[in-house]
Amino acid sequence: MTMQTTSLAPAERAVRVLGGDLTERSLRQYLEGLSGVDAVGLEQRAAGLATRSIKTSSKAWALDRIIELIDLTTLEGADTPGKVRSLVAKALTPDASDPSTPRVAAVCVYGDMVPYAVEALGSAHGDPDDGLVSVAAVATAFPSGRASLAVKLADTRDAVAAGADEIDMVIDRGAFLSGRHGKVFEEIVAVKEACRRDDGSYASLKVILETGELNTYDNVRRASWLSILAGGDFIKTSTGKVSPAATLPVTLLMLEVVRDWHRLTGEYVGVKPAGGIRASKDAVRYLVTVAETVGEQWLQPHLFRFGASSLLNDVLLQRQKLRTGRYSGPDYVTID
Amino acid sequence: MKDITPTSGRGFLDYAPAPESTSILHLRDSYGLFIDGEFREGTGGSFATISPATEKHIAEIANASEADVDLAVAAARRAYEKTWSRMSGVDRGKYLFRIARLVQERARELAVAESLDNGKPIKESRDTDIPLVAAWFFYYAGWADKLDYAGLGANPRPHGVAAQIIPWNFPLLMLAWKIAPALATGNTVVLKPAETTPLTALLFAEILQQADLPPGVVNIVTGAGETGQALVRHPDVDKVAFTGSTAVGREIAKTIAGTRKKATLELGGKAANIVFDDAPIDQAVEGIVNGIFFNQGHVCCAGSRLLVQESIHDEVVDRLKQRLTTLRLGDPLDKNTDIGAINSAEQLERIRRLSEIGEQEGAERWSAPCDIPENGFWFAPTVFTNVQTSSTIAREEIFGPVLSVLTFRTPAEAVAKANNTPYGLSAGIWSDKGSKILAVADKLRAGVIWANTFNRFDPASPFGGYKESGYGREGGRHGLGAYLQPATTAVAPKGASK
Repeated sequence: MTMQTTSLAPAERAVRVLGGDLTERSLRQYLEGLSGVDAVGLEQRAAGLATRSIKTSSKAWALDRIIELIDLTTLEGADTPGKVRSLVAKALTPDASDPSTPRVAAVCVYGDMVPYAVEALGSAHGDPDDGLVSVAAVATAFPSGRASLAVKLADTRDAVAAGADEIDMVIDRGAFLSGRHGKVFEEIVAVKEACRRDDGSYASLKVILETGELNTYDNVRRASWLSILAGGDFIKTSTGKVSPAATLPVTLLMLEVVRDWHRLTGEYVGVKPAGGIRASKDAVRYLVTVAETVGEQWLQPHLFRFGASSLLNDVLLQRQKLRTGRYSGPDYVTID
Repeated sequence: MKDITPTSGRGFLDYAPAPESTSILHLRDSYGLFIDGEFREGTGGSFATISPATEKHIAEIANASEADVDLAVAAARRAYEKTWSRMSGVDRGKYLFRIARLVQERARELAVAESLDNGKPIKESRDTDIPLVAAWFFYYAGWADKLDYAGLGANPRPHGVAAQIIPWNFPLLMLAWKIAPALATGNTVVLKPAETTPLTALLFAEILQQADLPPGVVNIVTGAGETGQALVRHPDVDKVAFTGSTAVGREIAKTIAGTRKKATLELGGKAANIVFDDAPIDQAVEGIVNGIFFNQGHVCCAGSRLLVQESIHDEVVDRLKQRLTTLRLGDPLDKNTDIGAINSAEQLERIRRLSEIGEQEGAERWSAPCDIPENGFWFAPTVFTNVQTSSTIAREEIFGPVLSVLTFRTPAEAVAKANNTPYGLSAGIWSDKGSKILAVADKLRAGVIWANTFNRFDPASPFGGYKESGYGREGGRHGLGAYLQPATTAVAPKGASK
């Protein structure tokens, strides 16, 4: 039981909620004391939300907002500076035929591609609230997370030093599933610290749970709380490399956690479903779920993102349809 | 990182209207009675059916007189003697399968008509009522040639002519619950829909014509209480099946006492929805909402008494109120409407009266903030806290979107309070602990008990009440028993049940 009583890093949120003697045991007791999730009921609620019918002016608003919430992503072994420059150009001007098209929130790339993204963005690099585009980098031995803590921290620091505004880290699912919640917690705390810049500010930290590997909704709820307690600014469903990736029930559940965190502390934590959201229709369902679960104030880039690549073009096609009354086709939107 | 205090939204949640088109409906200005396979004029005058959401006139409906009822019963008797009781189960099944498929084909039209006439949200008529109607016919179609295996011995016999009286809360679904098992078992039917919701029953009559059902096997007589009384009293009726209030059910039981008539009565309820402190809380809140606000609470098995463990009372009530603020009340034909119209001015008056009594007796009233349309009958989702077991609103069936919240401390107290009602139709249990669910379910005196869900229906599952919630079961294999009697002779009449 020595492991159980080992003190954990005194992350500020966890100390506030769990009390001063933060140990593996106290963390575990807290997570296991959370109310359970009934899978049938959760999926039924998500299915109910998916029946909302979003038309005309609401649809137009939703399509623009979806674009503004996208982390336009390329995470391939074959990524090159050229591919990243193409991605950035698309992020800045999603639809050249319609200058009123908003920009996406961020581009999301591997750590070594951050300098190219920053360079390509130039003066357009910045906070999406100001109409600029952020750079998000996956880190911590993404997607598996199978590396030593030292490697994960170096990976993170590199990306932050190269100008990443946001770090998308993965949790150690192996440790989580074998009950070593303390290890998962401490890694998040350490990565959060590695997000600190020289000027004392922090890159925003998105914690990827990889819900497809956690398998049960109870696990997703516990991992969500754990990630928030350790200091995550966002909780994110998936890497996109494991199936299933984002689903509506999982996202609903994570939204319920950030809602409960807000009830408890008054603080705002973001949610990012990632992977598998390809159609506007699906993305609208996520907006509905956000609005009806945590409130529509969550529909802003610092509190909700879509991790997606092909979604953007489908939204652009729908947008053109609303504007012209006609469907065009894939040849009328650009590939990046 | 920068301060992320959210700014207020732009009103996305005020979704733009998404009305279901009514162009699919081709209603007549007036409807007669469906007797012996065709529509004919009634002799008892007529009445109007209106949309409770707008109070607009939909159609004139014939009011069946005693003479009309007599014609209908005579037609049913003829059809029973000459065709239906002689037909093989396989062939009866074919008709039922055909009806089920036609219901599916005309599903959208039926859903629109149901929402228009009843006031329920189109998402419910589209996703719950009409699919279940088809499911009921499919299910009993399958039984028609297998009655030897219904647990009643070989060659069970139909009763004969069944008089069926259905309520206004699920007009077409209650019709399906009644007609499907009656026809599968070889009975013929005279059915009276509720006077405020006759429309879908009349569209169903058109479906029967399309299906080429032999004349007289199903007759539909529209009218109010007097028509129903004439039907129940009719000497040539062998079986009475009624769904509705306990008061009317009592009258029916008295009327047929001492006659040969068999009866099934599915009456009122005041169901307890029990939430333990180890419940999956978010899903329990959804279940509470679904339990009492589904169909504006016009559900006999509604979870109208929330029994919540004292330790989580405040949290559950808080979350529930939060959730209720997202419900949309309004046009039943809008696809985003969650709460439709109250079915009639009379029912609205009853809900108002009982709610006022609740306040007078000291319960604390809270209603979800929503804009009430100018015309039509509406009642905002309402929660009463600080309700005691002695409160009127914890005893009487309100049959509206009104929840009474009570507390308990132990499972034994939960069971005692849940059973402390003259009714016994349904109950719900919310807990993550399976053994607790089974132990509590075992002690509840209710015909249907839902665990970690509420208001789920399936044709394979029997439904019915204990105590003053009625007797007999509908649905499932048990539902066949209500329309059959064991064969009294070793040799059955030719073709009676196969």
